[in-house]
Amino acid sequence: MPDPGRIALALTLNGAARALTVAPTDTLLDLIRDQLGLTGTKKGCDMGACGACTILADGRRIKACLALAASYDGAAITTIEGIGALEAPHPLQEAFARHDALQCGYCTPGQIMSGLAVLDEHPADLETIREAMSGNLCRCGAHPNIVAAIAEVAGL
Amino acid sequence: MSDFQYARAGDVAEALRLGAAPGAAFLAGGTDLLQLWKAGVQSPGQVIDISRLPLKDITAADGVLTLGALARLAEVAAHPAVHPLIVEAIAASASGQIRNMATVGGNLLQRTRCVYFRSHDLACNKRSPGSGCGALAGENRQAALFGTSQACVATHPSDLAVALAALDAEVEIIGPGGTRRLGLDELYRLPGDTPEQDANLAPGELIASVIVPAFAGRSTYLKVRDRASFEFAVVSVAAALRVEDGRIVQARLAAGGVAPRPWRLRAAEAALTNGASFAEAGALAIEGAQPLADNGFKIELLRRAVVRALETVGGAA
Ligand SMILES: Cc1cc2nc3c(=O)[nH]c(=O)nc-3n(C[C@H](O)[C@H](O)[C@H](O)COP(=O)(O)OP(=O)(O)OC[C@H]3O[C@@H](n4cnc5c(N)ncnc54)[C@H](O)[C@@H]3O)c2cc1C
Ligand code: SF4
Ligand code: FES
Ligand code: FES
Repeated sequence: MPDPGRIALALTLNGAARALTVAPTDTLLDLIRDQLGLTGTKKGCDMGACGACTILADGRRIKACLALAASYDGAAITTIEGIGALEAPHPLQEAFARHDALQCGYCTPGQIMSGLAVLDEHPADLETIREAMSGNLCRCGAHPNIVAAIAEVAGL
Repeated sequence: MSDFQYARAGDVAEALRLGAAPGAAFLAGGTDLLQLWKAGVQSPGQVIDISRLPLKDITAADGVLTLGALARLAEVAAHPAVHPLIVEAIAASASGQIRNMATVGGNLLQRTRCVYFRSHDLACNKRSPGSGCGALAGENRQAALFGTSQACVATHPSDLAVALAALDAEVEIIGPGGTRRLGLDELYRLPGDTPEQDANLAPGELIASVIVPAFAGRSTYLKVRDRASFEFAVVSVAAALRVEDGRIVQARLAAGGVAPRPWRLRAAEAALTNGASFAEAGALAIEGAQPLADNGFKIELLRRAVVRALETVGGAA
């Protein structure tokens, strides 16, 4: 028997079609971490202020903590798990490693997902990258190296 | 956090019907509603998802721009027909992620950032009528200079609304009885004795679109904030001037961060078209300001921001 309190949801998650049910109050962040077990996406503030939960929905970066899951029925979601693997990292992941663009690593998945969206916008200079990345905070203060890693992949 | 039910409105008529029920709240991008719900400030019984209603189009005809209420801020800013003043105000709002989620209508109806309002257990007449205004004698660095009452001194946080006010935009509202249009000064209420209601909207009424008349002139949006990006305004100014033969023939000025709604500086506008200097306009902009203990610095900040914005738009005019 389907639970009448739950809502059916169809998502494409990292390229695979998924049929799920969610509670009306679930955010995409809760769904991804707690129900689907993909813990690469982090919960920092849970209030839209830190960017640790950044994912792509239909190719656009959003904050999963402020996204009501039921509202994203039909969306294609990409999380950090969907962009590269240990054996075959994404070029931006390699650039983060090369540039030491992290210390504790907690903000890193969000930084990389946000950085991917910024790369799509073909930033013209470092200042544009800094401004575009302002929605992702790094408590360890790795910002200069994060900007440098994105700039390298952008060919700047 | 309280529980709520979820329903997606299939069309506008259904949204109006579901939205009129007690305890119902519309969800567009959800970026403010979910914050308020998580903070325990708002506890809707039923969330009505309006994000898929066909109110997303951005169109321009005969110079008049129409922004669908459900267009996302990032889409508005990227659209070639959108006035540069609106683009600038959006670019200075929130972050890239939030601009991909937030809608035009939701942005206009976002609630104040007053810390007492956003904390479920502090005194606040706007959140909990009759509990008192914590900011009045408390932390009021961010409070308003104009349009306040003894009941509430909060500011409205939207940057977009300030640009729209300067452009004389109107909001089209759909309700059970049909559609009506309000200017931004009419959309937003001043607090008076009933600060709990921000806007002149009945329960279940929808913002359908924002209509922006043409303005043939130059403009700028100046936002002063505590950090350079991803922060709400302390003070902001939208300035637009039409200059002919070295004379200002039309002037529009609106300020943010200083009032419960975008604050048109009409005395300064009128003076500018009568030959006043930018310095004189700056002085007129702050007339009537009523500071509290911690926000008096905003008066000089506003005066200087007005002068700076006018210099940016008008050069040495
Ligand atoms: C970290 C952070 C930083 C921010 N910084 C800024 C900033 O610098 N400048 C700025 O301007 N804003 C800023 N914001 C606020 C943000 O812009 C708003 O949260 C957003 O615009 C709200 O739009 P939404 O579509 O998500 O609204 P929702 O949360 O979906 O809705 C907000 C309210 O409007 C109602 N509503 C929505 N659409 C309609 C409609 N069409 N008709 C009737 N009612 C409707 C809802 O019921 C709700 O009450 C920031 C937000 C966050 C989280
Ligand atoms: S200023 Fe308004 S919102 Fe802030 S505490 Fe007072 S009543 Fe509440
Ligand atoms: S957890 Fe979503 S922005 Fe901080
Ligand atoms: S690496 Fe620690 S928060 Fe960014």
